[in-house]
Amino acid sequence: MNSEPLLPVFGPDAAPFFEGCRAGELRVQRCRDTGRLIFPPRPVSPWGAHAEPEWTTLSGRGTIWSFAVPHPPLLPWFSDRTPYNVIVVAVDEDPRVRLVGNLLADEGGDLNELDSATIEIGARVRVVFDPINDEITLPRWVAVREEK
Amino acid sequence: MKDAAAIVGIGQTAFAKSLEPSETRLAIDAILAALGDAGIAASEVDGFASYTLETTDEVEIARSIGAGDVTFFSQVGYGGGAGPATVGQLAMAIATGQCDVGVAWRARKRGSGPRPWTGAQQPSTPGAFTRPFGLLRPVDEIALLTRRYLHEYGATRDALSNVALAIRAHANRNPNALMHDRPLTREQYFEARWISEPLCLFDNCLETDGALACVLVSAERARDCPHPPALVHAFAQGLPAQHQTMVNYWCDDPLTGPAWTCAKKLWSRSDVQPADIRVAQLYDAFTPLVLLSLEGYGLCGRGEAAAFTEDGVLGPGGRLPVNTSGGGLSEAYVHGFNLILEGVRQMRGTSTSQVPDADSTLVTGGEGVPTSAVVLRRGP
Repeated sequence: MNSEPLLPVFGPDAAPFFEGCRAGELRVQRCRDTGRLIFPPRPVSPWGAHAEPEWTTLSGRGTIWSFAVPHPPLLPWFSDRTPYNVIVVAVDEDPRVRLVGNLLADEGGDLNELDSATIEIGARVRVVFDPINDEITLPRWVAVREEK
Repeated sequence: MKDAAAIVGIGQTAFAKSLEPSETRLAIDAILAALGDAGIAASEVDGFASYTLETTDEVEIARSIGAGDVTFFSQVGYGGGAGPATVGQLAMAIATGQCDVGVAWRARKRGSGPRPWTGAQQPSTPGAFTRPFGLLRPVDEIALLTRRYLHEYGATRDALSNVALAIRAHANRNPNALMHDRPLTREQYFEARWISEPLCLFDNCLETDGALACVLVSAERARDCPHPPALVHAFAQGLPAQHQTMVNYWCDDPLTGPAWTCAKKLWSRSDVQPADIRVAQLYDAFTPLVLLSLEGYGLCGRGEAAAFTEDGVLGPGGRLPVNTSGGGLSEAYVHGFNLILEGVRQMRGTSTSQVPDADSTLVTGGEGVPTSAVVLRRGP
């Protein structure tokens, strides 16, 4: 089956995010003037003096803001894994920064191993890193069970 | 520009899952039908407005219909957000003297053509952060907003079903609607297959081939046209701060999107206010967009749309019938242009789901994308 994962296609503004993922870090931009986090990445900060943003590493912790469960028709790689989930995670450092990802049953697991009926808005999650190939590593998420 | 221009002609092709003619031919047929309805010769057309997604440009349209010297042409982006803006921009152009006879149109073979989300990826800032995770289709993107909406306001899928059933009931009265002969029951809604939870089949618009067009002239000239004019009373566009098209999760308050920005400007320019609206055409690619638009345009309060949809309020004979020709959900999905034509029919008194004594109506573009809206008024 012609079934390959969908790789991110991005320009220079977003490259440090994916370099961070390869290094096992969740990095986002920060405004040099206001300290506010910026997501998704862009060439200049929309705030303050429009400086070029700096990059900062997040704790990789957050809460589930929303989720969806796609069903076919989809691209083949995803159809092979339905029903899978897509979650939006509000990060601890600034809940207005919301990252799209997938909740896994376990680190290293496939997209469709988690029962989507167990997903709850507000649940605590932490980032894990999923190497897709030599170039691209994607951030995914697993539940944090010890906290509430 | 208030009441300075009016829609005086409307035209459309048949709607179907698959039509034989090209998008260009469909566009031409709809435009010529609209000009015929207005009683205006194609040689008088000197203004065009369309969607950036339109496959046929103004040059080809103008050459084919035999337009004269064209002095105004604009295109509006963002798919379903563009419809009312094509009308509004033509109305502004007529009000400022940039053109006299304007044509707006949308022609699309979405029913028989490819699904846009299957195409090759372009480098895109939002796409790199959404698509690799399986957020592939518009329905998936809106499903995330919908789940949050239901959670934040304690609403249920009952509200979504209310929207789907009301709009289908309007379509059942419209012989031109694709779903004219297909009643929808609440049981069928809840038994339908998922497309992207929490959205099922009936929360999604149709996939349609078809084209529609309308003709605008000054309010003064409109008095000489055969049909009662639908005055363009107010117009606005909306692109809120820190908005992200379709994946609007990255702003302070994702549940107040472009509709809120657009509405604020629209009502500030309008003598007609939300409480005066008795019939509305709200962009409905997905049922939750109707809930968001009801709130965004002030037809109900924030978080109140789910309760607002109860007791058949949106359906035939309800307190606020919406999408009275069947909308994108049940008449045809042509990026919302059918909502404009239905707004005109309500002002003419010729809708198959006519609201008696409706002398104004709201027509909106898509919530979730940079959008637009117009208030139409029944002219003299």
